[in-house]
Amino acid sequence: MTAILTLTVLVLIGIAVWQISKMFELSQTERNTTQVANDKDNDTQGKLMFAFLAFIYILTLYSFYAWGDVLLPEAASEHGSDYDNLMWISFALIFFVQTITQALLHYFSYKYRGEKGKKALFYADNDRLEAIWTIIPVITLAGLILYGLYTWTNIMTVEENDEALVVELYAQQFNWKARYAGQDGVLGDANVRFLQDFEGKNLVGIDATDPNGLDDVVVQELHLPVGREVIFKMRSQDVLHSAYMPHFRAQMNCVPGMITEFAFTPITTTEEMRQNPDMIAKVKKINKIRVENSKELIANGEEALEPYIFDYILLCNKICGASHYNMQMKIVVESPEEYEQWMDQQQTFAQVIQ
Amino acid sequence: MSTAAHVHEEDHGHHHKETFMTKYIFSQDHKMIAKQYLITGLFMGIIGIAMSLLFRIQLAWPEQSFAIFDVLLGKWAPEGVMDPNVYLALVTIHGTIMVFFVLTAGLSGTFSNLLIPLQIGARDMASGLLNMISFWLFFLSSMIMITSLFVEAGPAAAGWTIYPPLSALPQAQPGSGLGMTLWLVSMAIFIASSLLGSLNYIVTVINLRTKGMSMSRLPLTIWAFFVTAIIGVVSFPVLLSAALLLIMDRSFGTSFFLSDIFIQGEVLHYQGGSPVLYEHLFWFLGHPEVYIVLLPALGITSEIIATNSRKPIFGYRAMVASILAIAFLSTIVWGHHMFISGMNPFLGSVFTFTTLLIAIPSAVKAFNYITTLWKGNLQLNPAMLFSIGLVSTFISGGLTGIILGDSTLDINVHDTYFVVAHFHLVMGISALYGLFAGVYHWFPKMFGRMMNKNLGYIHFWVTAVCAYGVFFPMHFIGMAGLPRRYYTNTAFPYFDDIADINVVISLFAFTAGAAQLVFLYNFIHSIFYGKAAEQNPWKSNTLEWTAPVEHMHGNWPGEIPEVHRWAYDYSKPGQEEDWVSQIVPLKEGEEELQH
Repeated sequence: MTAILTLTVLVLIGIAVWQISKMFELSQTERNTTQVANDKDNDTQGKLMFAFLAFIYILTLYSFYAWGDVLLPEAASEHGSDYDNLMWISFALIFFVQTITQALLHYFSYKYRGEKGKKALFYADNDRLEAIWTIIPVITLAGLILYGLYTWTNIMTVEENDEALVVELYAQQFNWKARYAGQDGVLGDANVRFLQDFEGKNLVGIDATDPNGLDDVVVQELHLPVGREVIFKMRSQDVLHSAYMPHFRAQMNCVPGMITEFAFTPITTTEEMRQNPDMIAKVKKINKIRVENSKELIANGEEALEPYIFDYILLCNKICGASHYNMQMKIVVESPEEYEQWMDQQQTFAQVIQ
Repeated sequence: MSTAAHVHEEDHGHHHKETFMTKYIFSQDHKMIAKQYLITGLFMGIIGIAMSLLFRIQLAWPEQSFAIFDVLLGKWAPEGVMDPNVYLALVTIHGTIMVFFVLTAGLSGTFSNLLIPLQIGARDMASGLLNMISFWLFFLSSMIMITSLFVEAGPAAAGWTIYPPLSALPQAQPGSGLGMTLWLVSMAIFIASSLLGSLNYIVTVINLRTKGMSMSRLPLTIWAFFVTAIIGVVSFPVLLSAALLLIMDRSFGTSFFLSDIFIQGEVLHYQGGSPVLYEHLFWFLGHPEVYIVLLPALGITSEIIATNSRKPIFGYRAMVASILAIAFLSTIVWGHHMFISGMNPFLGSVFTFTTLLIAIPSAVKAFNYITTLWKGNLQLNPAMLFSIGLVSTFISGGLTGIILGDSTLDINVHDTYFVVAHFHLVMGISALYGLFAGVYHWFPKMFGRMMNKNLGYIHFWVTAVCAYGVFFPMHFIGMAGLPRRYYTNTAFPYFDDIADINVVISLFAFTAGAAQLVFLYNFIHSIFYGKAAEQNPWKSNTLEWTAPVEHMHGNWPGEIPEVHRWAYDYSKPGQEEDWVSQIVPLKEGEEELQH
C-alpha cells in the first residue's frame, strides 16, 4: 500500500514540476521566448552573477563559523605538526587564489554584461600576461612541491631500529587485530595458511614453527606508549582495507599478499587529548546531540545513548564490504609504565595455543 | 600541412532512400548519432542522479525507514531500511554511470559527433558505419549495465574502481557475483564503443578538414575533442586489459591480482598476484579519464565564452598548448591515486611532482577564460551562464587538488569526503555544466528549435547554488576525518556532530535534483514546441552555423564552404558587425592577426 502511495506521490511531484514549468512559460509576457539574451536579461543575469560571488563568500564564511569545530584537532603524532603546517600553508594559498579568481570571474561577468550596440575589445593575445600567469604558478608550485616532498620523505622513510615498537595491524572483514612483537622485538612469520591451525585460535596466522612468533601478542585494542616510535606492518587476510588513524595523520592500505609499512611517534596521550580545549568543546557538542537523540529513543521506549568519551580511533578507509562503515579499533596512547602494565596482562602466542 | 579538401564532393542524399530505420535507428548520419548519444546519455544521467538522491536520503537520515526505499529497492530494503550492500551498490553504479555513460559517452559522444564534421567542414565522419556501430555498442553496454541492477544478488558494489579482491570474490560481497560479471562485460563493450568513436574522431579531424581549415584555425572545441580522443585511444585499452585479467581471475582461476586470501573460513588457492597491479592498470585509464570527461567540457566552454563575450578567446595558442600539456601530463600522474597503496614512497614523490605540474596549464586556462570576459559585451544566455559556472567550479574544485596531489597531505584526506567534494566539483559538476552549456548552445543546431531562456535561467541558478551547497560543506566532513563509502557514520559517536551537515547537503541535493526536472521539461518540450531557430542565432563565426537549419545528409547543399580565417574574429576593428564568419575572405590589407 505504502508502495503505491509513494509512487503516486513521486509521479505527482513530477507532474507538478512539469506543470509549474509550463505555467511559468505561459505567464511570460514575451511569448515564445527564445534563448537569445536581450539587454534586460543581460542586466539581470549580470547582477545575479555579482550576487553569486557574495553567495560563495558567505557560504565559505558561514561554513567555517558553523562547522569549523568538526575539523580534526591538533595532531597527536610527531610528524603531525609538519603535516598540519603544510596543510595550512596550502589552504592559505588556496583561499587567496580562490577569493581573487572568483571575484574577477564574477565581477567581470557583472561589469561587462552586454548592451546592444556596445562593442567588445578585440584583445586576442598578450605573451607577457601569459608568461606571468605561467611563471607565478610555476614558482608557487615549486615551493609547495619541494616542501611537500621533503615532508613526505621524512614521514615515509621507515628505518628499522631497536628503540622502535613493532606492531602488526591485521585487517579482515570487518575488524582489526594488532600483533606486538613481544620480548624479542621480532614478529614471527605469518601466512593465511596457518589461520586454521589450533582450532581457530591462531587469529592472525602465525607460523608456529618460527620461534620469533611464540612471544608475539595478538590483541583487539591497540595500546601505544607515548613518545616512542611505532613501526606498523600492515596485513590483510581477505580484501583491501586501509588503516586510517586521522588523529595521528596516518594512513596505509592493507593489501592481501604483501606487507605495507607506516611509522609514527604518538606524542599526546589519550588522557591529554581529552583535556585539549578543542576536544572538550567537541565532546560537549557531541553529547548535547546525543542527549537530544536519546529523547526520541526514550519516547519510543528504547534505551538512551551512552555519553561519549573521546578515544583515538582506527578506521577502515578502503571499501571492503557490507560492514566497511563499522570496522574500527580503539587506540589508547598512554605512559610507558601504563603500557608495560597492560602488556604484562596479555597472553603470548605460545600461551594461547597451549 | 594544407588541408585535405573536398574529400567527397558529391551529395550523399541522392544515393539511397531513407527509411524510418535508417534515418532514426540505424542512422549513419553524425547529427542523428549525436542526438542518439545525447538522449541515451540523459536517460542514464537520470538514473545516475536518482541513485545519488537515494543514498543522500540514507546519509542524512541513516537507517530510518522510508517508503520510497520499500518501493524502489524491495527486498534490498527490509522494512524500508536500506541494506548496507545496496548502499555500496548505489554509490558504485552512480559513479560508473556518471563517469562513463553520462560524462564520457553522453558528453563527448554527443558533441564530438555533432561538431567535428560541422565545425571542420566535412560531409560526415570518416566512417559512418563505425560511428553507428560505436553508438550501438554504447547502447548495448548501457542496457547491460541497467540489466545488472536487476540480478538476484544485486549489481556490482565494490566502488566504481572495482578494486580486487573485493570485486573478484563473490564471497566478499554479494555484488561481486553475477552483478560484477555484467559490470565487466558492459564496460568491455563500452570500451570497444569508445575506441571506435575515438579513432573515427581522430581520423576525421586529421583527414577531412575543409579547404583553408588548418590545424591552427580549428575552433578550440575541435582541439579538445581531438586530444580527448587521443587520450582515450591511449588509455582505454589498458582498462580493457585490466577488466580481462580480472575476468580471468574471477572465472578461470588465475592469480593476476590475488594472493594469500582467507575468506569465509577457507584458504583460497590464489598465489603471487597483487591488487596493486590492478590499481596501476585501472588508474592508467582512471586518471586520464578525468580529462576525457573534462577537456570536451572545457572545449565547449571556450567556444561559448568567446562567442557570447563577443571577443576572441584570449590566448588561443596558449589554450591549445595547455590542452596538449594537460593531455600529456594526464597519462603520467595516475599514481597519485595510490600514494598510500603500499607502492614505493619514492614513486609517490615522482607522482606528486607530475601531478602538481598539471596545476600550471589549468591555471593558464582559468586565467585565459577570465581575461576573455574582460571588456567583453557579455551575452548572458543560459549557455553562457553554465560556461561561467564551469570556470567557477573548475577553479574551486581544482584548487583543492593542490592538497590531494601532494602525497604528504593525501595521507590524511585520502578516500575521505574531502576527495568526494574535490572531484565532484572539478570534474563532475564542471563537466555537467559543460554538457548543459553545450545543449543550450547547440540545441538550435540539433533540433532546429530554441529552448526556453527563462527556464534555462532557473535551471542554472538553482543548480549553481545547490552545487556549492552540496559540495562546499562536504570538504568539512572530509577534514573531520570521515571516510567515503560509509553506509552511515553512526557507528562512530566521534562523528555525531556532522549529522546536521549531512542533512544540509542532502536538502541541497534534492533541490538540485528538482532543478534538473525543469531542464528535462525544457528539453523535451522545446524539441516539439520550441520557437523555430534561425540559422545563426548566436551570431557565431564557426562553420556549423553556415549549414542550413534543416538537417540534410552531407551537411551543406552544394559545395563545402571554404575557410579563410580563424574562428574568433569577434568585434574585430574595421568590421561592421561584431562577428565575421570563418567563410568570409580576408579583406584587402586585413591581417589575420593570428600566429
